[in-house]
Amino acid sequence: MTALYVALSRDLLAVVMVFSAYSLLCAGMFMVLDAADVAFTEAAVGAGVSTILMLLALRCCPRHERPAGRQWLPIVVVVLTGATLVYGTLDLPQVGEPGNPVHQHVAPRYLEDSGREIGIPNVVTSVLASYRGFDTLGEAVVVFTAGLGVWLLIGTVRRRREP
Amino acid sequence: MRDALILRVISKFLIPVIMLFALYVQFHGELGPGGAFQAGVIMASAFILHMLVFGLEPTRRIVPVLWLRILSAGGVLLYGFVGVAGLLLGGNYLEYNVLGTSPTAGQHVGIILIELGVALTVASTMILLTFTFADWSRR
Repeated sequence: MTALYVALSRDLLAVVMVFSAYSLLCAGMFMVLDAADVAFTEAAVGAGVSTILMLLALRCCPRHERPAGRQWLPIVVVVLTGATLVYGTLDLPQVGEPGNPVHQHVAPRYLEDSGREIGIPNVVTSVLASYRGFDTLGEAVVVFTAGLGVWLLIGTVRRRREP
Repeated sequence: MRDALILRVISKFLIPVIMLFALYVQFHGELGPGGAFQAGVIMASAFILHMLVFGLEPTRRIVPVLWLRILSAGGVLLYGFVGVAGLLLGGNYLEYNVLGTSPTAGQHVGIILIELGVALTVASTMILLTFTFADWSRR
Protein backbone atom coordinates (compact mmCIF):
# COMPACT_ATOMS: atom_id res chain seq x y z
CA MET A 1 0.00 0.00 0.00
CA THR A 2 2.81 2.41 0.87
CA ALA A 3 4.56 1.41 -2.37
CA LEU A 4 1.38 2.22 -4.32
CA TYR A 5 1.18 5.61 -2.64
CA VAL A 6 4.82 6.30 -3.52
CA ALA A 7 4.13 5.44 -7.15
CA LEU A 8 0.89 7.41 -7.46
CA SER A 9 1.34 10.52 -5.32
CA ARG A 10 2.54 13.77 -6.87
CA ASP A 11 3.59 15.40 -3.62
CA LEU A 12 7.29 14.57 -3.46
CA LEU A 13 7.70 15.47 0.22
CA ALA A 14 4.93 13.05 1.16
CA VAL A 15 6.50 10.46 -1.13
CA VAL A 16 9.82 10.72 0.71
CA MET A 17 8.08 10.34 4.07
CA VAL A 18 5.98 7.38 2.97
CA PHE A 19 9.03 5.78 1.39
CA SER A 20 10.79 6.00 4.74
CA ALA A 21 7.82 4.27 6.38
CA TYR A 22 7.95 1.66 3.61
CA SER A 23 11.62 0.98 4.42
CA LEU A 24 10.75 0.62 8.09
CA LEU A 25 8.00 -1.86 7.21
CA CYS A 26 10.51 -3.77 5.07
CA ALA A 27 12.87 -3.84 8.03
CA GLY A 28 10.09 -5.30 10.16
CA MET A 29 9.43 -7.90 7.48
CA PHE A 30 13.12 -8.90 7.39
CA MET A 31 13.01 -9.15 11.16
CA VAL A 32 10.04 -11.50 10.93
CA LEU A 33 12.07 -13.58 8.46
CA ASP A 34 14.84 -13.79 11.10
CA ALA A 35 17.30 -11.71 9.06
CA ALA A 36 18.29 -9.36 11.86
CA ASP A 37 21.40 -8.02 10.11
CA VAL A 38 19.51 -7.14 6.94
CA ALA A 39 16.69 -5.58 8.96
CA PHE A 40 19.24 -3.48 10.82
CA THR A 41 20.77 -2.23 7.59
CA GLU A 42 17.39 -1.49 6.03
CA ALA A 43 16.25 0.47 9.08
CA ALA A 44 19.47 2.46 9.35
CA VAL A 45 20.14 3.11 5.67
CA GLY A 46 16.72 2.91 4.02
CA ALA A 47 14.57 4.55 6.65
CA GLY A 48 17.22 6.82 8.15
CA VAL A 49 20.03 8.23 6.10
CA SER A 50 18.57 7.94 2.60
CA THR A 51 15.45 9.81 3.75
CA ILE A 52 17.63 12.70 4.89
CA LEU A 53 19.53 12.63 1.61
CA MET A 54 16.30 12.66 -0.41
CA LEU A 55 14.92 15.52 1.69
CA LEU A 56 18.09 17.52 1.07
CA ALA A 57 17.89 16.77 -2.64
CA LEU A 58 14.23 17.82 -2.57
CA ARG A 59 15.23 21.27 -1.42
CA CYS A 60 16.62 21.95 -4.90
CA CYS A 61 13.57 20.96 -6.90
CA PRO A 62 9.87 21.85 -6.83
CA ARG A 63 7.79 20.03 -4.26
CA HIS A 64 5.11 18.78 -6.63
CA GLU A 65 5.70 16.55 -9.58
CA ARG A 66 4.40 17.94 -12.86
CA PRO A 67 1.34 16.00 -13.95
CA ALA A 68 2.28 13.91 -16.94
CA GLY A 69 -0.11 12.47 -19.48
CA ARG A 70 -1.03 8.81 -19.33
CA GLN A 71 1.84 6.88 -20.84
CA TRP A 72 0.82 3.39 -21.78
CA LEU A 73 4.09 1.93 -23.07
CA PRO A 74 5.88 2.03 -19.68
CA ILE A 75 2.96 0.45 -17.84
CA VAL A 76 2.71 -2.32 -20.45
CA VAL A 77 6.46 -3.01 -20.13
CA VAL A 78 6.27 -3.03 -16.33
CA VAL A 79 3.24 -5.31 -16.19
CA LEU A 80 4.79 -7.72 -18.72
CA THR A 81 8.10 -7.84 -16.81
CA GLY A 82 6.28 -8.37 -13.53
CA ALA A 83 4.12 -11.11 -14.99
CA THR A 84 7.21 -12.85 -16.40
CA LEU A 85 8.94 -12.70 -13.04
CA VAL A 86 5.89 -14.03 -11.21
CA TYR A 87 5.63 -16.80 -13.82
CA GLY A 88 9.30 -17.60 -13.15
CA THR A 89 8.70 -17.94 -9.42
CA LEU A 90 6.16 -20.72 -10.05
CA ASP A 91 9.04 -23.11 -10.69
CA LEU A 92 10.89 -22.16 -7.51
CA PRO A 93 10.89 -24.69 -4.68
CA GLN A 94 8.84 -24.02 -1.56
CA VAL A 95 10.37 -21.30 0.62
CA GLY A 96 12.04 -22.68 3.73
CA GLU A 97 12.19 -26.32 2.66
CA PRO A 98 15.43 -27.87 3.95
CA GLY A 99 16.22 -29.66 0.68
CA ASN A 100 16.34 -26.47 -1.39
CA PRO A 101 19.54 -25.84 -3.38
CA VAL A 102 20.11 -22.60 -1.45
CA HIS A 103 20.42 -24.58 1.78
CA GLN A 104 22.62 -27.27 0.26
CA HIS A 105 25.33 -25.23 -1.46
CA VAL A 106 27.79 -23.57 0.94
CA ALA A 107 25.44 -22.74 3.79
CA PRO A 108 25.88 -26.02 5.73
CA ARG A 109 29.66 -25.66 5.59
CA TYR A 110 29.49 -22.08 6.87
CA LEU A 111 27.08 -23.03 9.63
CA GLU A 112 29.04 -26.08 10.76
CA ASP A 113 32.66 -25.00 10.33
CA SER A 114 32.70 -21.25 10.85
CA GLY A 115 32.70 -21.63 14.62
CA ARG A 116 35.88 -23.68 14.45
CA GLU A 117 37.59 -21.82 11.59
CA ILE A 118 36.75 -18.23 12.52
CA GLY A 119 35.80 -18.49 16.18
CA ILE A 120 32.97 -15.96 16.02
CA PRO A 121 29.39 -16.69 17.11
CA ASN A 122 27.69 -14.54 14.44
CA VAL A 123 27.92 -16.49 11.20
CA VAL A 124 26.78 -13.46 9.20
CA THR A 125 29.86 -11.55 10.29
CA SER A 126 32.25 -14.37 9.48
CA VAL A 127 30.71 -14.90 6.05
CA LEU A 128 30.68 -11.18 5.33
CA ALA A 129 34.14 -10.36 6.59
CA SER A 130 36.12 -13.51 6.01
CA TYR A 131 34.68 -16.03 3.55
CA ARG A 132 33.33 -13.26 1.33
CA GLY A 133 36.05 -10.71 2.07
CA PHE A 134 36.42 -9.76 -1.57
CA ASP A 135 32.73 -8.91 -1.89
CA THR A 136 32.84 -6.74 1.20
CA LEU A 137 35.93 -4.97 -0.12
CA GLY A 138 33.93 -4.33 -3.27
CA GLU A 139 31.05 -2.93 -1.21
CA ALA A 140 33.37 -0.60 0.66
CA VAL A 141 34.81 0.58 -2.66
CA VAL A 142 31.26 1.13 -3.97
CA VAL A 143 30.38 3.32 -0.98
CA PHE A 144 33.60 5.27 -1.39
CA THR A 145 33.03 5.68 -5.14
CA ALA A 146 29.48 6.93 -4.53
CA GLY A 147 30.78 9.60 -2.17
CA LEU A 148 33.56 10.51 -4.57
CA GLY A 149 31.14 10.69 -7.48
CA VAL A 150 28.68 12.97 -5.67
CA TRP A 151 31.50 15.18 -4.50
CA LEU A 152 33.00 15.46 -7.98
CA LEU A 153 29.60 16.09 -9.58
CA ILE A 154 28.08 18.71 -7.29
CA GLY A 155 30.67 19.43 -4.62
CA THR A 156 33.10 21.13 -6.95
CA VAL A 157 30.68 22.99 -9.21
CA ARG A 158 29.70 25.53 -6.60
CA ARG A 159 33.22 26.65 -6.02
CA ARG A 160 33.76 27.55 -9.66
CA ARG A 161 30.56 29.59 -9.87
CA GLU A 162 31.07 31.68 -6.76
CA PRO A 163 34.78 31.76 -6.06
CA MET B 1 15.83 25.37 13.13
CA ARG B 2 18.54 26.91 15.25
CA ASP B 3 16.02 28.51 17.62
CA ALA B 4 14.18 25.32 18.51
CA LEU B 5 15.13 24.92 22.15
CA ILE B 6 13.53 21.51 22.65
CA LEU B 7 15.28 20.08 19.59
CA ARG B 8 18.63 21.45 20.70
CA VAL B 9 18.39 20.06 24.21
CA ILE B 10 17.04 16.68 23.15
CA SER B 11 19.60 16.25 20.40
CA LYS B 12 22.40 17.13 22.82
CA PHE B 13 21.20 14.21 24.92
CA LEU B 14 20.69 11.93 21.95
CA ILE B 15 23.89 12.44 19.98
CA PRO B 16 26.22 10.80 22.55
CA VAL B 17 23.78 7.92 22.95
CA ILE B 18 23.68 7.41 19.17
CA MET B 19 27.48 7.43 19.02
CA LEU B 20 27.72 4.96 21.88
CA PHE B 21 25.19 2.73 20.15
CA ALA B 22 27.23 2.92 16.95
CA LEU B 23 30.35 1.79 18.81
CA TYR B 24 28.35 -1.00 20.45
CA VAL B 25 27.08 -2.17 17.07
CA GLN B 26 30.60 -2.01 15.68
CA PHE B 27 32.30 -4.01 18.41
CA HIS B 28 29.40 -6.31 19.17
CA GLY B 29 28.98 -7.20 15.50
CA GLU B 30 30.70 -10.55 15.90
CA LEU B 31 28.37 -11.60 18.72
CA GLY B 32 24.98 -10.22 17.71
CA PRO B 33 23.36 -8.61 14.73
CA GLY B 34 25.15 -5.62 13.36
CA GLY B 35 28.50 -4.83 11.88
CA ALA B 36 30.58 -2.20 10.25
CA PHE B 37 28.07 -0.97 7.67
CA GLN B 38 25.33 -0.45 10.22
CA ALA B 39 27.71 1.06 12.75
CA GLY B 40 29.07 3.45 10.15
CA VAL B 41 25.62 4.62 9.16
CA ILE B 42 24.54 5.07 12.79
CA MET B 43 27.70 7.02 13.59
CA ALA B 44 27.07 9.19 10.53
CA SER B 45 23.47 9.77 11.60
CA ALA B 46 24.69 11.28 14.87
CA PHE B 47 26.59 13.92 12.90
CA ILE B 48 23.71 14.35 10.46
CA LEU B 49 21.36 15.02 13.38
CA HIS B 50 23.82 17.61 14.64
CA MET B 51 23.85 19.18 11.20
CA LEU B 52 20.05 19.26 10.97
CA VAL B 53 19.65 20.89 14.37
CA PHE B 54 22.66 23.19 14.65
CA GLY B 55 23.30 23.96 10.98
CA LEU B 56 25.93 23.05 8.44
CA GLU B 57 28.75 25.35 9.51
CA PRO B 58 29.05 24.28 13.19
CA THR B 59 29.10 20.62 12.17
CA ARG B 60 31.71 21.31 9.52
CA ARG B 61 33.87 22.90 12.19
CA ILE B 62 33.62 19.69 14.25
CA VAL B 63 34.41 17.33 11.36
CA PRO B 64 36.35 19.17 8.66
CA VAL B 65 35.62 18.03 5.12
CA LEU B 66 39.31 17.33 4.51
CA TRP B 67 39.35 14.79 7.35
CA LEU B 68 36.25 13.14 5.96
CA ARG B 69 37.85 12.77 2.55
CA ILE B 70 41.01 11.33 4.05
CA LEU B 71 39.05 8.93 6.28
CA SER B 72 36.75 7.77 3.52
CA ALA B 73 39.69 6.85 1.31
CA GLY B 74 41.70 5.63 4.30
CA GLY B 75 39.06 3.08 5.27
CA VAL B 76 39.16 1.44 1.86
CA LEU B 77 42.97 1.59 1.88
CA LEU B 78 43.06 -0.03 5.34
CA TYR B 79 40.88 -2.83 4.01
CA GLY B 80 43.11 -3.28 0.99
CA PHE B 81 46.28 -3.23 3.05
CA VAL B 82 44.95 -5.94 5.36
CA GLY B 83 44.80 -8.05 2.21
CA VAL B 84 48.32 -7.03 1.23
CA ALA B 85 49.56 -7.82 4.74
CA GLY B 86 48.16 -11.32 4.27
CA LEU B 87 50.15 -11.56 1.03
CA LEU B 88 53.36 -10.36 2.69
CA LEU B 89 52.99 -12.86 5.52
CA GLY B 90 52.75 -15.70 3.05
CA GLY B 91 49.01 -16.23 2.60
CA ASN B 92 46.52 -15.37 -0.10
CA TYR B 93 45.03 -11.92 -0.56
CA LEU B 94 42.60 -11.24 2.32
CA GLU B 95 43.54 -14.50 4.03
CA TYR B 96 43.48 -13.63 7.71
CA ASN B 97 44.80 -16.91 9.10
CA VAL B 98 48.42 -15.74 8.82
CA LEU B 99 47.85 -12.44 10.64
CA GLY B 100 47.88 -13.85 14.17
CA THR B 101 49.62 -16.49 16.22
CA SER B 102 46.87 -19.03 15.52
CA PRO B 103 44.44 -19.13 12.57
CA THR B 104 41.51 -18.08 14.74
CA ALA B 105 43.43 -15.22 16.29
CA GLY B 106 44.47 -14.15 12.79
CA GLN B 107 40.85 -14.22 11.69
CA HIS B 108 39.90 -12.03 14.65
CA VAL B 109 42.63 -9.49 13.86
CA GLY B 110 41.71 -9.42 10.20
CA ILE B 111 37.98 -9.08 10.79
CA ILE B 112 38.38 -6.31 13.38
CA LEU B 113 40.71 -4.38 11.04
CA ILE B 114 38.54 -4.65 7.96
CA GLU B 115 35.40 -3.83 9.94
CA LEU B 116 37.18 -0.72 11.19
CA GLY B 117 38.04 0.16 7.60
CA VAL B 118 34.48 -0.36 6.40
CA ALA B 119 33.02 1.63 9.30
CA LEU B 120 35.40 4.55 8.67
CA THR B 121 34.58 4.60 4.97
CA VAL B 122 30.82 4.29 5.43
CA ALA B 123 30.56 6.87 8.21
CA SER B 124 32.75 9.48 6.57
CA THR B 125 31.22 8.97 3.13
CA MET B 126 27.70 9.34 4.52
CA ILE B 127 28.61 12.54 6.36
CA LEU B 128 30.40 13.81 3.26
CA LEU B 129 27.37 13.03 1.07
CA THR B 130 25.06 14.87 3.44
CA PHE B 131 27.37 17.87 3.66
CA THR B 132 27.67 18.02 -0.11
CA PHE B 133 23.91 17.80 -0.65
CA ALA B 134 23.18 20.33 2.09
CA ASP B 135 25.74 22.72 0.67
CA TRP B 136 24.43 22.27 -2.85
CA SER B 137 20.76 22.60 -2.00
CA ARG B 138 21.07 25.98 -0.31
CA ARG B 139 23.04 27.40 -3.21
